[in-house]
Amino acid sequence: MTIHHLKEDRQITLVTLSLGKQVLAIPAVRLREILDPMPVTRVPGAGPLVPAVLNVRGTVVPLANLKQVLRIPETEADDRRRILVLDVTIAGEPAVVAMEADAVHEVATIETAIIEPVPATASAWPPEYLTGLYRGGAGFVLMPDLDQILSALAQRPMA
Amino acid sequence: MMDDMTAIFREEVRDLLESLERGLLDLKSRPEDMGLVNQVFRDLHTVKGSGAMFGFSELAAFIHEFETVFDQVRSGNLAIGPELLRLALAAKDEIPGLVEGEADPEGRRVAILSGLQGLLGGGPVAAEAEVAAAPAEAGAGEADAGEAVAAGEGVMRLSFRLSGAALAMGARPEIVLDELRGLGAVAVEADLADVPPLDRLDVEACAIGWKMVLPASVTAAQVEEVFLFVDAEWSLEGAATEAAPAVAEAAPVAAAKAAPVAAGAVVKPEVKVEAKVETKSDAKSDAGATIRVPAERLDALMDAVGELVTAEARLTQLARDLRDPALIATAEQITRLAGGLRDATMTMRMVPMRSLVGRFRRLVLDLSDKLGKPVEFRVTGEDTELDKTVIEKLADPLVHVLRNALDHGMELPDARVAAGKPREGLVELVAEHAGAEVLIKVRDDGKGMDPAKLREKAIAKGIITPEAQMTEAQIFALIFEPGFSTAEAVTDLSGRGVGMDVVRRTIDALRGTIQIDSALGRGTTVTLRLPLTLAIIEGLQIEVAGEQYILPMPNVQEIVELPPEKVEPSRTEDFLDVRGGFVPFLRLRQLFDCAGEPGPGQNVVIVRAGDARVGIVVDRIIGTNQTVIKQMSKLHSGVRALSGATLLGNGSIALILDVGHLVGMSRQQGEAPQAARQEVLA
Repeated sequence: MTIHHLKEDRQITLVTLSLGKQVLAIPAVRLREILDPMPVTRVPGAGPLVPAVLNVRGTVVPLANLKQVLRIPETEADDRRRILVLDVTIAGEPAVVAMEADAVHEVATIETAIIEPVPATASAWPPEYLTGLYRGGAGFVLMPDLDQILSALAQRPMA
Repeated sequence: MMDDMTAIFREEVRDLLESLERGLLDLKSRPEDMGLVNQVFRDLHTVKGSGAMFGFSELAAFIHEFETVFDQVRSGNLAIGPELLRLALAAKDEIPGLVEGEADPEGRRVAILSGLQGLLGGGPVAAEAEVAAAPAEAGAGEADAGEAVAAGEGVMRLSFRLSGAALAMGARPEIVLDELRGLGAVAVEADLADVPPLDRLDVEACAIGWKMVLPASVTAAQVEEVFLFVDAEWSLEGAATEAAPAVAEAAPVAAAKAAPVAAGAVVKPEVKVEAKVETKSDAKSDAGATIRVPAERLDALMDAVGELVTAEARLTQLARDLRDPALIATAEQITRLAGGLRDATMTMRMVPMRSLVGRFRRLVLDLSDKLGKPVEFRVTGEDTELDKTVIEKLADPLVHVLRNALDHGMELPDARVAAGKPREGLVELVAEHAGAEVLIKVRDDGKGMDPAKLREKAIAKGIITPEAQMTEAQIFALIFEPGFSTAEAVTDLSGRGVGMDVVRRTIDALRGTIQIDSALGRGTTVTLRLPLTLAIIEGLQIEVAGEQYILPMPNVQEIVELPPEKVEPSRTEDFLDVRGGFVPFLRLRQLFDCAGEPGPGQNVVIVRAGDARVGIVVDRIIGTNQTVIKQMSKLHSGVRALSGATLLGNGSIALILDVGHLVGMSRQQGEAPQAARQEVLA
């Protein structure tokens, strides 16, 4: 989803969450459910970016580590940690993916007008991984482009 | 409604054309087989009948001509020859176009029809046949009909009425009437007695009945044929004549309700029309009592069974934990029932290879014509069954392999003779069961492959380095590398170098393997090994460092203890002596980078894939269970050591090991120990 797509609507409903100290926002329509931390199954050889699978109501769902992908330092988990189950598109096909978040904050509707493109030089991340950013209550909120990130992950060479 | 019906018709036509093509191709080798001729005739007749019913009049007219020729073959007036079969196949190819309503600007259809008429001795087949719509038994009846009436030899009275929803189901009274006129019906009258007043008129129901006079020579079977696809109440009354012996016993009154599935003809109690019932059962005998089920419903059923099996595993575990004898007994019963249901469901999804083979016969025939390489195509094991998903995905790879065999493998006739082989080549397709796998072999007796030449080429293309040490099997496997093609000239058939790597990818995706054997000058055999099903397998649950994995039971040969002297990892001595044979083994702990030290009493599970065996060292054997295979997502599809995942009774996930890959890995390890660690999970 490009920022132009995003701006076709006047408003967008987002879920905000924390990865380490960074606050991110994901379109609420992508969110299937939020789960408490649960046992996961390590997938040997899959690498640190998508290290495990978990059982979400009888479906085997891959668990992506967005912190690794976006190079956000690991932090100590506390009781605010959650697992988000998301609807995504990987290489053109619909899929369900889970990700961990250190905390899930709120669901909020914002004006798309306040979303800005990511300056190419300003971030440590590949620019195509981010749709845009906006100024939230406590600093910048990044909007990751999940489809781009996960499609790139599906292409990654495995150990 | 009509669209639904047309869709059913199209589906039916597809099946019938498949059967028709098979029949025609079989006739090539067995031209005297009257059973085949009858089969072809029946297929044509059914396509025509349903076509006419759905208003595909052009189609019906076309097939009618086609059918007339086979009627002549049936009655022994015309012999099957290569020209007839060529025209018949060409005519068959036109049918899908006619169904889709495509125009024929090049006049192919007319050419085919005139060719067919030419075979009949140039007679004006069309003119005579235009009116005859039910010639199955009409051959004699039709011609005599008019005369019989004229001569006053006695007449039959037919009245019919379309029942209930016939109109809504697509019945066309005008077509029925046309067909009856074809039988010689005269004095056709509409019976308006039941037409209700306008305010009570049901537009979907046909309130009009018809009465007519038919020549006495018309048999009940002929009339029944007209109503084969029409839901109608009809009755035929009249005097018996020699021309209709079948009706003779049944007369004077024979009324039947001809439902679309004609086998169940209902006959008025006081009359027995056995002859008619026989005709039907004869026509339908090889159809059996089958019903059509959309594939999605089978998939849904399979999913439900998968969930049931998972729930059953949970129940069994609970029962064991609670140690309640009554609960355990019930759980065992559920296990048995779920197992039965699973087996029944899997059987339903099995489709014989036959459904694919027709296509291949045609392909081989066309290719051999085009390439000028006469070949015999021999098929063994057409009845071998595979899961429908596997069958669907097999078509393309097999087309590639067959094309390759003809285009690259087979020599030109002169070269064959020079090499002391029969002029006509042989391509064989063999399908057979081997345990929980199906083997499909494509064998040709062509020129075979030259490992030295393949090797040179692979080096020239930069696929391998000149130093690479490779076995013959590995060299043959190079033809599956992307960008590798051995054709000296690129033809439109093959040689673009894209086909064979697609073959491997497809077979990999089906969890199968490919093996190539070739002897220079004697031919090549490509063997595909495929799992019977992709949905549920019997699995052996094992544990390594607290993690659960599943090995497919069909691959498991035996379980032995890891001898104490082998506990320490060693690269050179990771072999076991299993009853005189040396089996290499892999340590899953090492392979999967598990933390911690193994406890005492590790086991080795000996698994087999193809001809190779490998031992897998595990911490603990948990037991066997029903494993519902869930595919790994795209994010994990690159992990080749795993073929899927499954849910265990306690809701956790166990990963399913890909035995074929593990076996391949141990081979690489044996050949290049230093590289093995990197290759291990790739």
